[in-house]
Amino acid sequence: MKTLAELAEIREKMKGKVAMRQNDGNETRIIVGMGTCGIAAGARPVLAALVEEVSKEKLEETVTVTQTGCIGICQYEPVVEVIEPGKEKVTYVKMTAEKAQRVVAEHIKGGKVVTAFTIGANVAK
Amino acid sequence: MIRSHVLICGGTGCTSSGSAKLQTILEQELAARGLTEEIKIVKTGCFGLCEHGPVMIVYPDGTFYSRVQPEDIAEIVEEHLLKGRVVTRLAYTDTGDGEAKTDELPSLSDTAFYRSQQRIALRNCGVINPEVIDEYIAMDGYKALGKVLTEMTPAEVIDVITKSGLRGRGGAGFPTGRKWAFAAATPGEIKYVCCNADEGDPGAFMDRSVLEGDPHAVIEAMTIAGYAIGAHQGYVYVRAEYPIAIERLRIAIAQAKEYGLLGKNIFGSGFDFDLDLRFGAGAFVCGEETALMTSIEGQRGEPRPRPPFPAVKGLFGKPTVLNNVETYANIPLIINNGVEWFNSIGTETSKGTKVFALVGKVNNTGLVEVPMGTPLRTIIEEIGGGIPNGKKFKAAQTGGPSGGCIPAHLIDTPIDYENLLAIGSMMGSGGLIVMDEDTCMVDIAKFFLEFTVDESCGKCTACRIGTKRLLQILDKITSGNGTMEDLDTLEELAAHIKTTALCGLGQTAPNPILSTLRYFKDEYIAHIVDKRCPAGVCKALLSYVIDAEKCKGCTACARKCPVNAISGSVKNPHVIDTAKCIKCGACVETCRFDAIYKK
Ligand SMILES: Cc1cc2nc3c(=O)[nH]c(=O)nc-3n(C[C@H](O)[C@H](O)[C@H](O)COP(=O)(O)O)c2cc1C
Ligand code: SF4
Ligand code: SF4
Ligand code: FES
Repeated sequence: MKTLAELAEIREKMKGKVAMRQNDGNETRIIVGMGTCGIAAGARPVLAALVEEVSKEKLEETVTVTQTGCIGICQYEPVVEVIEPGKEKVTYVKMTAEKAQRVVAEHIKGGKVVTAFTIGANVAK
Repeated sequence: MIRSHVLICGGTGCTSSGSAKLQTILEQELAARGLTEEIKIVKTGCFGLCEHGPVMIVYPDGTFYSRVQPEDIAEIVEEHLLKGRVVTRLAYTDTGDGEAKTDELPSLSDTAFYRSQQRIALRNCGVINPEVIDEYIAMDGYKALGKVLTEMTPAEVIDVITKSGLRGRGGAGFPTGRKWAFAAATPGEIKYVCCNADEGDPGAFMDRSVLEGDPHAVIEAMTIAGYAIGAHQGYVYVRAEYPIAIERLRIAIAQAKEYGLLGKNIFGSGFDFDLDLRFGAGAFVCGEETALMTSIEGQRGEPRPRPPFPAVKGLFGKPTVLNNVETYANIPLIINNGVEWFNSIGTETSKGTKVFALVGKVNNTGLVEVPMGTPLRTIIEEIGGGIPNGKKFKAAQTGGPSGGCIPAHLIDTPIDYENLLAIGSMMGSGGLIVMDEDTCMVDIAKFFLEFTVDESCGKCTACRIGTKRLLQILDKITSGNGTMEDLDTLEELAAHIKTTALCGLGQTAPNPILSTLRYFKDEYIAHIVDKRCPAGVCKALLSYVIDAEKCKGCTACARKCPVNAISGSVKNPHVIDTAKCIKCGACVETCRFDAIYKK
């Protein structure tokens, strides 16, 4: 027999698992470019790392991770865009799984853009 | 790591258009590309847009794919699931403004079909996998039960339901809280809670969809009702023709028992409640509450006089609450969200939403849930996408065989219990049949009367013989032998049946006639006086004619006619011998010059 506390536990555990079906457009969106070029450049591990981190940090109810086709800047793939409601879009380039973890920790959770990975920083070089 | 959910509709509509096969193919495609660990397939209940089935949604994007065929699956996997590119050709994007969106896809809630809907009873249909109790729990499932059993007294529960203004969704719209209060007030050791899932109205499938898409909502609500009135046993009476609903209920009950959400000492509160299924064989009268209980008792399902009402003397002679599936589906949310929230939806006398099965001559047939007070126009033109083939809207029928029709000039009527009664129809359980200009209203009345004559249990004379007499008169009128006196007889007989029949079936059986007489008397008169069926439906009153101007004398029709009713020589206008013609219509289809028409 389940107690109220056990019910609440299942609820908390499951909420994150179904959260992506309840998008209301107010969540932060992390978009990974998954065109042929992006996949070739290693977008899949980046996508996997993002999904994993978001889930680990229990951010599923406010953050969605999706893919899109080619973003059009193939030389900078893998590309990740972060769109927070009411804020400017941030574009990260030449991403790796490790960089993705930092973006989730510092930007999504900590609220501070990881400037070193942004397209601005990389084009300037 | 699951990064995407693909929801496939497993409702009856989509199952019959092939959704199970899609799921199998999708599983194979995902396995072939090594995506099984990343993408989860979820089989859900009905999304409502059955007309466009089989349907599928891909999350987190929320892309809605309609009319998906087996051969489309590979493309969806390759393009969307692998590369993140929406397969626009299959995406459902109808926002009602006639423009196809290809660059920025509208979200599902912006489409014309969903925009004006508010999903309370259907909240989990098309969202969760109904066969997984944890998914229901994720949507705050069984939270209301927990609250009720640990924080509220039975009287407080009844008070909340009463103040919410919830009324029965199965027919008469009786206040649910009052019904519970009566049963609670009747003394007795043994009481019962029943759920009416008999759903007998032709064309209705609201309750089936709730059971298929969210069975735990009904289980949770019935347990709450049991606590409120002091019952420890419940029965769901469901028609045997609903195999998918029955299967999901079975699974749900087993899971609830395993979790201790049914059974002894739920949440350690000391409250016990058990639930079982009982099957109806599909007799319409078994949806009537006293007949339903008689049927559960194992007797022939015939109504008995009320009072005593079920709340006093119901199942096995014990105090019983019987509510409809959709009524129950509202309960957990009312407990969780409170009286004020529920009060804020709907009209003064009708709170909350109503689910309708939208069928007939309308583009988007399907399941819709709208706040009470939504104008009929919104349901038909916006959600339903209007009438197909550029035809004109003529009337809508609500309330099934007990209801009546709403003519075109009343299309702006806000739909609630009182307004529908005032215009001579009723809410009923939520069937909504849309009719266009090609529908004959006398024929419609006849259709419903044929239904009630078939379904009358025969216990009382007024209904058994009276409805048959009504039908005979309608037959007489549609075959061109009616007289104006027949109209008076119809009204007189109708009044007798309404006042003397024992149960609701007989008492409401004349309604389809009375309401068509009220709004479409001219059509009855056309049948009687002019011997003409204005909509061109009643065969006896039609004749097929060939327009001599248009006829080229090609002889095609004469060769096609099964009874050799057409004569004429090559290159000369042909003629139909109306005495021989059996009105099969074959010649009309054959003629390439549109020379043959109905008169
Ligand atoms: C002939 C007849 C058929 C009925 N069929 C149904 C039915 O299929 N489903 C239903 O919920 N109520 C049906 N009803 C209404 C029930 O008698 C009863 O009022 C209802 O189930 C009570 O639940 P509610 O208060 O939640 O609406 C029918 C009534 C009559 C007279
Ligand atoms: S009204 Fe008709 S269905 Fe109802 S008890 Fe009488 S005969 Fe039977
Ligand atoms: S309607 Fe049928 S029976 Fe009549 S003339 Fe045409 S083909 Fe012959
Ligand atoms: S059954 Fe699939 S949308 Fe209704």
